[in-house]
Amino acid sequence: MESVIVKDLSLNFGAVKVLNSLNLAIEQGEFLVLLGPSGCGKSTLLNCVAGLLDVSAGQIFINGKNVTWEEPKDRGIGMVFQSYALYPQMSVAGNLSFGLRVSGMPRDEIDKRVSRAAEVLQIESLLNRRPAALSGGQRQRVAIGRALVRDVDVFLFDEPLSNLDAKLRSELRVEIKRLHQRLKNTMIYVTHDQIEAMTLADRIAVMKGGVIQQLDTPQAIYSQPVNRFVAGFIGSPGMNFLDGVLAKGPVFEADGLTVDLERYQFESTDGTGRTVQLGIRPEHVLIGEAAAAMPHTAETAVELVEPMGSDTLVWTRLGGQAFALRVDAERAVRDGDTIRIGFDPARASIFDAVSGERL
Amino acid sequence: MDNTVSADLRDLDTSGPSGPRPRRTFSRRNIFLYGTLLVIALYYLLPLYVMVVTSLKGMPEIRLGNIFAPPVDVTFAPWVKAWSQACTGLNCDGLSRGFWNSVRITVPSVVLSIAIASVNGYALANWRFKGAETFFTILIFGAFIPYQVMLYPIVILLREMGLYGSLWGLVIVHCIFGMPILTLLFRNYFTSLPEELFKAGRVDGAGFWGIYLRIMVPMSLPIFVVALIIQVTGIWNDFLFGVVYTRPDTYPMTVQLNNIVNSVQGVKEYNVNMAATLLTGLVPLAIYFASGRFFVRGIAAGAVKG
Repeated sequence: MESVIVKDLSLNFGAVKVLNSLNLAIEQGEFLVLLGPSGCGKSTLLNCVAGLLDVSAGQIFINGKNVTWEEPKDRGIGMVFQSYALYPQMSVAGNLSFGLRVSGMPRDEIDKRVSRAAEVLQIESLLNRRPAALSGGQRQRVAIGRALVRDVDVFLFDEPLSNLDAKLRSELRVEIKRLHQRLKNTMIYVTHDQIEAMTLADRIAVMKGGVIQQLDTPQAIYSQPVNRFVAGFIGSPGMNFLDGVLAKGPVFEADGLTVDLERYQFESTDGTGRTVQLGIRPEHVLIGEAAAAMPHTAETAVELVEPMGSDTLVWTRLGGQAFALRVDAERAVRDGDTIRIGFDPARASIFDAVSGERL
Repeated sequence: MDNTVSADLRDLDTSGPSGPRPRRTFSRRNIFLYGTLLVIALYYLLPLYVMVVTSLKGMPEIRLGNIFAPPVDVTFAPWVKAWSQACTGLNCDGLSRGFWNSVRITVPSVVLSIAIASVNGYALANWRFKGAETFFTILIFGAFIPYQVMLYPIVILLREMGLYGSLWGLVIVHCIFGMPILTLLFRNYFTSLPEELFKAGRVDGAGFWGIYLRIMVPMSLPIFVVALIIQVTGIWNDFLFGVVYTRPDTYPMTVQLNNIVNSVQGVKEYNVNMAATLLTGLVPLAIYFASGRFFVRGIAAGAVKG
């Protein structure tokens, strides 16, 4: 059964159309990540689901109930904000219990829920502190706890880790994933961080300009991006794009470069003659002896080397265009070396140069 | 492996300056700076000093003309007279009547105007209802209309409502005229609070009043103190509205003070005048001293988030 359904949702701020007739269905217990650059409408969509923004058109269903006109508190949602949004004058326990006290829940039930949430999030020792006396990670735990005590079906996260430093972010990321495994609630998570999206999501919705570009599993989005935008947004370091033409064969042709695309799975049959872009991820390019076994190989000179610790990014040229590949850090590659590289065109992506769509 | 900087330290001349730069207490800069501050402070304190010493002198001593001289014979009689015996028009019971009138005007005016304006500001900042911008523009426009223009229309309004001459009429007038600036103050403060707190309150199920009373107000002590100081000083020191909208038996303290100081009959009792003026100024002064710390914090609060 679907937990959250967004149907033909539009939202305008004056003349600006932020969301335009958007449709989205989220399964019960699913972890869905809304991913996109800032201004793509992902937070707006989340605020609409939460009921914090009035929609211009369309409907929202949560657990089969039409909540389009409902107040946030009546939608069965809990929300975690980027800036934590803890009430500064209340203790941690006060923050956790605020929503329950507002709803007039009996005292002992409140205590039970607060202590259970505190136990789940391991913040029992902090219950009497004020938010100002907590670290960033602790604050965000309390913010999650505030959604937890409300015993709701759907959790909404609005960039919850963006204010934390890199180390804490990866720690809390794991904790959120564990929390989801344990609670099995539906979670909608907004982020612009692709690592968070890839690691947490059951499905990712990549958004741009208020439109969902692709809604699929992280693996499918990584390996089969539907257009150039998704391909470029996912993956770090980013995908290589080579400009060229699709010729009969089918082959990809660029300046002094011909790539046989016999093994490539085309989505549309008629592509010959179009100007296209060939996309290859740096981690899919092999070097040295391993490269020789690949369907496509080339000799090329190293222009720049970026050591990143775990591995090294090597910049070179292919078909006269900048091209990066990721090699093991153990391998000694220096500027000016000539290396043999190879890749499998079946793992590449080909996009129409004009529309950006995958071919 | 040796991790120190590779420069050879043994050859350096280390006898020169080291550690913090020395600071002399009596440098030319300090003398100039503190000297100027001292002169300015004295300049502003001098009139207050003259008022205090004059109010403690008897009339024969004042007639000698040495206004800066400290009192030879300290007497509190002028203070007693100013408070309970000085004549204003028909009444001869001093400033005490005006003091209590002023209290009865100031307290409800301050409480009412701050209560209404803070809710206004909160609604304008957080609830963005239809027409909010227009409402706010009209309200702020009201702040630029000179009071004098509205004096007589308000006299008619109050007369029609049967409130002319009563303390409550004046309370209403003070509330209305305080509204633009106070609403602006509160709106800007509430706008500076993180919007996510308001959203979190809504998700937690708190309504309009729940969010206002349980989330916003407890976070806003500094701005309430600023509003309190602005209103207490403004209303306590008000003369124009007081003299126009009240009757002699409901005159606020400022109007009574004017009647004492500007009386044209009899001997000018400078010591009583000074004592009366000091008495009238005590309330705003006390408010400043009690909450000045919050005042500065509140004024600065708009700049800092969270």
